[in-house]
Amino acid sequence: MDTIIFTVLVLSVLGVLLAVILYFVAQKFKVFEDPRIDEIVEILPGANCGGCGYAGCRAFAEALVKNDDISTLLCPVGGSNVMNKSAEHLGKTASVKDPLIAVVRCAGSCKVRPKTNEFEGAKSCAVMSTTYSGDTGCSFGCLGQGDCVVSCGFDAIRINPETLLPEVDEEKCTACSSCVKACPKFIIELRKKGPKNRRIYVSCVNKDKGGVAKKSCGAACIGCIKCQKVCTFDAITIANNLAYIDNAKCRLCRKCVAECPANAIWELNFPPRKQEIKTE
Amino acid sequence: MNFRFMSMKIKTFKHGGIHPDDNKISAESAIETVTPEGIVQIFLSQHIGAPATSVVAKGDKVKTGQLIAKATGFVSANIHSSVSGTVRSIDLVADHLGIKKEAITINVENDEWQEDIDRSDDIVREIKLTAEEILKKVADSGLVGLGGAAFPSHVKLSVPPGKKAECLIINAAECEPYLTSDYRVMMEHTEELMIGVQILKKATGVPVAYIGVEVNKPEAIKKLNALTSEYKGITIVPLKKKYPQGGEKQLIKAVINREVSSGGLPVDVGAIVHNVGTAFSVYEAVQKNKPLIDNIVTVTGKNIPVQKNLLVRVGTPVSKLLDIVGGIPETTGKVIFGGPMMGKAASNPNAPTQKSTSAILLMPDEESHRGKPSSCIRCARCVAVCTMNLEPYLLKRLSERKMFEESEKNSAHDCIECGSCVYTCPANIPLLDYIRLSKVEVLKMKRNRK
Repeated sequence: MDTIIFTVLVLSVLGVLLAVILYFVAQKFKVFEDPRIDEIVEILPGANCGGCGYAGCRAFAEALVKNDDISTLLCPVGGSNVMNKSAEHLGKTASVKDPLIAVVRCAGSCKVRPKTNEFEGAKSCAVMSTTYSGDTGCSFGCLGQGDCVVSCGFDAIRINPETLLPEVDEEKCTACSSCVKACPKFIIELRKKGPKNRRIYVSCVNKDKGGVAKKSCGAACIGCIKCQKVCTFDAITIANNLAYIDNAKCRLCRKCVAECPANAIWELNFPPRKQEIKTE
Repeated sequence: MNFRFMSMKIKTFKHGGIHPDDNKISAESAIETVTPEGIVQIFLSQHIGAPATSVVAKGDKVKTGQLIAKATGFVSANIHSSVSGTVRSIDLVADHLGIKKEAITINVENDEWQEDIDRSDDIVREIKLTAEEILKKVADSGLVGLGGAAFPSHVKLSVPPGKKAECLIINAAECEPYLTSDYRVMMEHTEELMIGVQILKKATGVPVAYIGVEVNKPEAIKKLNALTSEYKGITIVPLKKKYPQGGEKQLIKAVINREVSSGGLPVDVGAIVHNVGTAFSVYEAVQKNKPLIDNIVTVTGKNIPVQKNLLVRVGTPVSKLLDIVGGIPETTGKVIFGGPMMGKAASNPNAPTQKSTSAILLMPDEESHRGKPSSCIRCARCVAVCTMNLEPYLLKRLSERKMFEESEKNSAHDCIECGSCVYTCPANIPLLDYIRLSKVEVLKMKRNRK
């Protein structure tokens, strides 16, 4: 009997002693974490895509809580909806930004850009671009091995088996920019989604001189500056034999699309024109 | 008994390596000179390091051997006109990989050489210049390593302060299959080569030089050995036939049994390594005052009627060399610049030659394609053959997953791109493709850290 009492006693005393030690240690090494971080994580989409520039949604939530000015932060997946909600929760103001979308600036399908050789190496654009200029005459265009497809966490970009070019799914794309980083040829760009998803862009990144570009690809921008002349808003700049439409200045008047002799300027989701119906 | 004695004497490197068929079918074709005509396109960047800066303008008349582009900085090389004529343009020209680089295009008119170049065949034996003068001459003549990497020779010859060179190793292994340009130099310019080695010895101040030759070139070994009594301090070292013996670190291990550490230079173990072709061009530059304007290109292939070793002016369109052997046969699968192991298949066979172009190889279609890749079976053959003690299967997986920091920890940058791992892989996995990618990325990371 004595043994049992003795044992219970010793264990109880030990338990109380350790509990007291643990209490003080916990007080000493306490890490304060803002409870709002967890609340913001709940609001964020939880895709952990890294499109915001932080290592996942939790890191982004921390940044939202810690920074007083959150106008420069943006969750591209959630868009202004999520940003406004989080800002409201924190009592801060989020800036309103136009939704963006990934745009593939190459129209060199198999038809217009014939293959000049066959690539037998590893099926990766990054490997291919470190090896040589590519399997077509154009050394700037899409390599078609699908690094962008692998990088996309939202299944929003796919290689079209007919053209062998990547195509962006407008519904799924969140503009997280992982495909932009994955493309070794810098073809993919984030551009404004535009009103009613309407947008105009130069679908070419070829910097060769007009003749050389035309020879290697039927859809290449030849830098003829016709579009620049017709643009009334100064939205088009030409550098290195290549036209570029400034997102901020373009008013979607479509004059340049009709003017381009190389069909290098693309319009998306516009209603058909009155006189001349343009098909892609 | 005799065999055992032989195998004890013949040296080689220890770890890894493979034994591909050497296919030296052009070995007996004597060197032929290709007369320049039409145009030449000379790249401003034919070497490792900064591209040279052009010193001529469109419309200028140039003579053969005239300086047309100056080295930019220490690790760079001068470039000389390989022909006489008029500068047609200075613009972007696609190289054999289709990558556009700045080049000087010259219309060939006659063949008028600079007056101070000695064009006679007389062998000049006496070395008049001092060590410093030799170094300057080598730099002025735009010499680069002709073994393939095209590293500016004067950089290799300048021993960094605090280090001491003890011996010179001449790389005559020519372990790459098909290539015979070095062999022809040894056969036809033996004495010039020996003088070149003596010049290199004088420039670096080392007492001994070794010429490492693989035993599949017995004639060359015999010819070189015959001259060792005349040229003191040069030893011919017969090496076992094994690829990649011509790798700098492998050759040092084979010849003097010393190991260069990861990221180290040969001079760390007291060695300076130069190629046979470089030694010959050193002779030409120092004794004959002739800059590096031509090199020997092996044009070979199993399905072409004639095998050639051609002395070609730098910048000659390769299509012209192919015309000499009767054009590209129908049965050709790939046109390779360099050998089958380290060379690269050309997407643009009309590209001009460069200083370091050692061979044009026409691979028959049935031999030139890669097998269909399947899954890794963890046989570790790639690990066994890797002469740099790397784990190619691991590096490939890391590169595939873009884990380049891990690649760096696993010494991806040590890879010499010899291709032994791909050669031996039973699953046809493109290991080297991925390792090359991680090499590029690791280098980028290192540069950003600075």
